[in-house]
Parts: sequence; structure tokens; C-alpha cells
Amino acid sequence: MQAALIDTRRYVATPEGIELELALAGPVVRALAWSVDFFIRFGAALGVWLVVQLLGMAGIGVMLLAWFALEWFYPVYFEVTRGGATPGKRVFGLTVVQDDGTPVTWQSSTIRNLLRTVDFLPLLYGFGLASMLLSGEFKRLGDIAARTVVAYRRDLQHLSTVPAAKPLAPPLPLTLDEQRALIDFAERQVLMTEDRSHELAEIAGPALLGEHHTHPQARLLQYANFLVGRK
Amino acid sequence: MRQEAFVEKFAPLWDEFERWLLRFEGKNKKGALPARGLSAAEIPHAYRTLCQHLALARERSYSPLLVARLSELSLRGHQHLYGARLRVGAQVLNFIAGGFPQLVRREWGWVWLAATLFFGPMLVLIFSLQVYPDFAYTVLGSEQVQAMEQMYDPASRVIGKEREADSDFTMFAFYIWNNVKIGFQTFASGVLFGLGTLFFLIYNGTVIGGAAGYLHYIGYGKTFWPFVAGHSAPELIAIVISGAAGLKMGWALIAPGQLPRGRALAAVAQPAVRLMLGAAALFVFAAVIEGFWSPHTFVPIEYKIGLGIGLWLVILTYLVFAGRRGH
Repeated sequence: MQAALIDTRRYVATPEGIELELALAGPVVRALAWSVDFFIRFGAALGVWLVVQLLGMAGIGVMLLAWFALEWFYPVYFEVTRGGATPGKRVFGLTVVQDDGTPVTWQSSTIRNLLRTVDFLPLLYGFGLASMLLSGEFKRLGDIAARTVVAYRRDLQHLSTVPAAKPLAPPLPLTLDEQRALIDFAERQVLMTEDRSHELAEIAGPALLGEHHTHPQARLLQYANFLVGRK
Repeated sequence: MRQEAFVEKFAPLWDEFERWLLRFEGKNKKGALPARGLSAAEIPHAYRTLCQHLALARERSYSPLLVARLSELSLRGHQHLYGARLRVGAQVLNFIAGGFPQLVRREWGWVWLAATLFFGPMLVLIFSLQVYPDFAYTVLGSEQVQAMEQMYDPASRVIGKEREADSDFTMFAFYIWNNVKIGFQTFASGVLFGLGTLFFLIYNGTVIGGAAGYLHYIGYGKTFWPFVAGHSAPELIAIVISGAAGLKMGWALIAPGQLPRGRALAAVAQPAVRLMLGAAALFVFAAVIEGFWSPHTFVPIEYKIGLGIGLWLVILTYLVFAGRRGH
């Protein structure tokens, strides 16, 4: 595969002899997910506090216990029972998995979330950020110790934005790179002027376009529709 | 084989496999996908076939979207077939019955080191303050000394006063929130090459020893010792065990042996976090005693001291002997 290229993917070799691909999530999107989680926790704590107002002195105890649970076990609970994602991570399509692509175990989830204490130092996840940038796989210290990575959850529906056209099989087999080029071209056609897309489409040449190419870009769009599996 | 033929021939298998995945993941809404589906016995074979199709599709440069679909199905299959099973109930029971004491004994070196770092300063201070009591002001600061004097003054009886049940609960919650956090910090800061753990162990040992030594010297021992006796065993042992777990992680970073530092850390993190969770359970136990038993004065002092000593014996016996047979 293309592991040699600099990109944010992790390849996992399985016993069946194939490689699975995980698209790793970087610091920015993870910080955003963390902020969403922070507001959810804050909201929950506020909710408990309002209820507690009715209970008097014992209420402070409930408040402390609730805050303790929210602080330490909110991420563990969601990561273990809700497919590796806290609500914040879910919003951004992220999920926590083990290095080998299997679901995160409760031990690993506990490790990575207890070590947040250190990742947070000296302030606002300073160590965590440094560790993410140095590790090459966006692992904060907790991820290194727990053998976990944060990856994007795949959603095939949103993978392609090729405009619809009548699908047509290309007249000759194409390499993977050629196929990708065709699909990318089709996705970006809407952003270009008619003349420019015509000009670019002609590069494909007569072998692919056939003899009559008054609208080569339309023909390429048909191929792209075929390549993304439309019928 | 061209892509259309390939898809036409094998798509039914992929759909079947996806149906099984959805059912397994509990996401199959009623009627969304018709029943029939693969039986459990057919799954491994279907999965291997799927993996083979993925490899073929990649090799033959079929369209990226087809490869992505197969890749996604394989990943989900991989997660279900190779993922760890979650049977928390049984695991927790096994852990309490023997797993935790076994682990503590396996890591006895770290436990002894942590105990020395924690109890050492504590005992030194308790005894030295009997001779040089003014040293307490250096260790604790004068404000804290005054606050303590007020709190444990036998005349003021704040600590001895019978309080309401809901205030017991509040204190219990406070001890959970505060003490377990100290435990977690002692553990987690071990990742800083052990320095954080070292600091927390020595610092807490010093403060606790300073307080105990000074209060004993000025004659407030008869309110102080009965108050702390009950929860002393679980709480102090829990700090030591959190510290042992942190030191173990720190040492993996200092001397990783033949592994890269990250891998060495990952290798010890699992046993370390299990130690920490056992310690957390002890902290919770301590908080129950500290919240609901320790502050009450209707129990005679001898009973409170007796229970304290009893708990030391019980917990140490548990750590030394539990889980030696079986497994």
C-alpha cells in the first residue's frame, strides 16, 4: 500500500493477509470534539446542580459525586459502551480503537482517560499536543500507554459527491490512480468554468473519450458515475 | 474478471455479511433488512472470503468506492471477530477475589519502594516533631497549623460533635472526589518519568506526618487518633498502591530495555492501571468509613482504635494471602 507516503493513515495487517486502513484524526478535530464534550459535561453538572438546590445539604454531596463521575468516567463510559465515541467524538465522526483496529477495551479506555491528567499539563493539553505531533500517529501520552488511536469513522454515503449522469463503463481498464483522477475531476467540475473543464477533459485523449468528443467532460462524468458504482 | 461481473457475482455474500454485522451491532431496525442471514458457524468463512475479495479488488484496481466498501466491511468484521469480549461482572469479581492481591504481590518491589517514599517521611516527621515541634510551621505553614489546631481542639469539639446524616453523606462525597483524585494524580503523573509520583508520595507523606506529629505533641491526640484510625488502613495503603503503579510506568520510560519508550510504557500500562483501579476501590472503602464512621463520638475511643488496627490486619492479610490457590 501507500504507507510510505506521508499521510495520516494507519495500516493494520490482519491474520487474513489483508491490510485495513484507519484514517487518523488530528489535534484540531479532537480539540473540537473535546470542547463539545466539555459543554455537555458542564450542562449535565448544571442540571444536577439545579436539582440539588431542592435537596439542601445532602445535595452538595450528590453534586460532588456527579462531578467526580463526569470528570473521570464520562469518557470511559461512552468509549466502552457506545462504540468508542463520546458524544463529542460522535459529532465529528471520530472513534477510539486499539492500535490493531479492534474496539477499545475498558482497560485501555481507563488508561487513556486517567492519563488525561498528564496530557493536560502544563495547560490546555500542552503535553498531549507535543506528544501527538511527535508520535507520527497523533497519539497523546494516554494513547501511547493504552495502545489506542483516534480514527475517523467511515461513512460511505458521504464519500462521493460526483454529480449524477448516466453511468458508462470506460472502454479500457484503468489503474487505481487513473480512476481516482476521473472521480476527483468529476467532483470538481462544478467548481470550474465550462471552458476550463472542457480543456482539462481533453487531456484524457481519444483512447478513453472515443472519436466524437464535443462534450468530453460529460463523457468523463459518465465514467466517473460508473466508477463510483452507480447503475 | 471485470468489475461488474465481480460485483454481480459476490454482492449477495457481502450483503449477507453486512446483514449479520448489523444484527450483531444491534442496529437492524425491524424490517429494514430481511431476516435469513448467515449462521454463526458460517461467519468465519464468509469473513475470510470477504478479505480475499478485498485483496482481489485492490490488486485489480477496481473502483475506489468498491474497495472502500469492502474495506469497511472487513474492518467491522475484524472488530467483531477479534475484539475483546466484555464481561465486566465476572472480571470484577475475579479481580477482587484474587487478581488484585496477586498483582500487588507480583509488583511487590514497586509497592515497597512507594511505601518507603510515603511512610518514610511520615514516620520521620511524626517522631521528630515530638522533639522539635516548631518544625511543623516550616513543613505545614502557620495558617494550616492554626486551622488544624482549631479543627482538632478537644475543647471546641467540632470534630466530636454529632452531625446530621446528610452532612455525613456530603463528607463522604467530598472524600471520594478529593482522595480518589489524589490517587489518580499520583498514578498518572508517573508518566513524567516517575517524577510526579515521587513528588505526590513524598509530599503527602510529609503533610500527613507533619499533621499527626504536631497534633500529638500539643496533646490533641485523643481527638485526632480516634478520628483517623478507622480509615487509615485503606486510605494510606491505597496511596501507596497508586504510587507503585505510577513508579512502574515511570521506570518503563527511564529504562525501557530493548523496546522503544512508547512500547515499553504500553507494556506496563495494563497491569499499572489494574493496580490503580484496585487502589481506587480501597479509596472508596476509606471514604465510606471516613464519612460515616470516623466523625462519630458515640463510639468509645478504644473501639475506634481497635477497628482501625483490625482493618490494617485484615487488608494486609488480604493483600498477602488472597488468591494464592486456584486459578
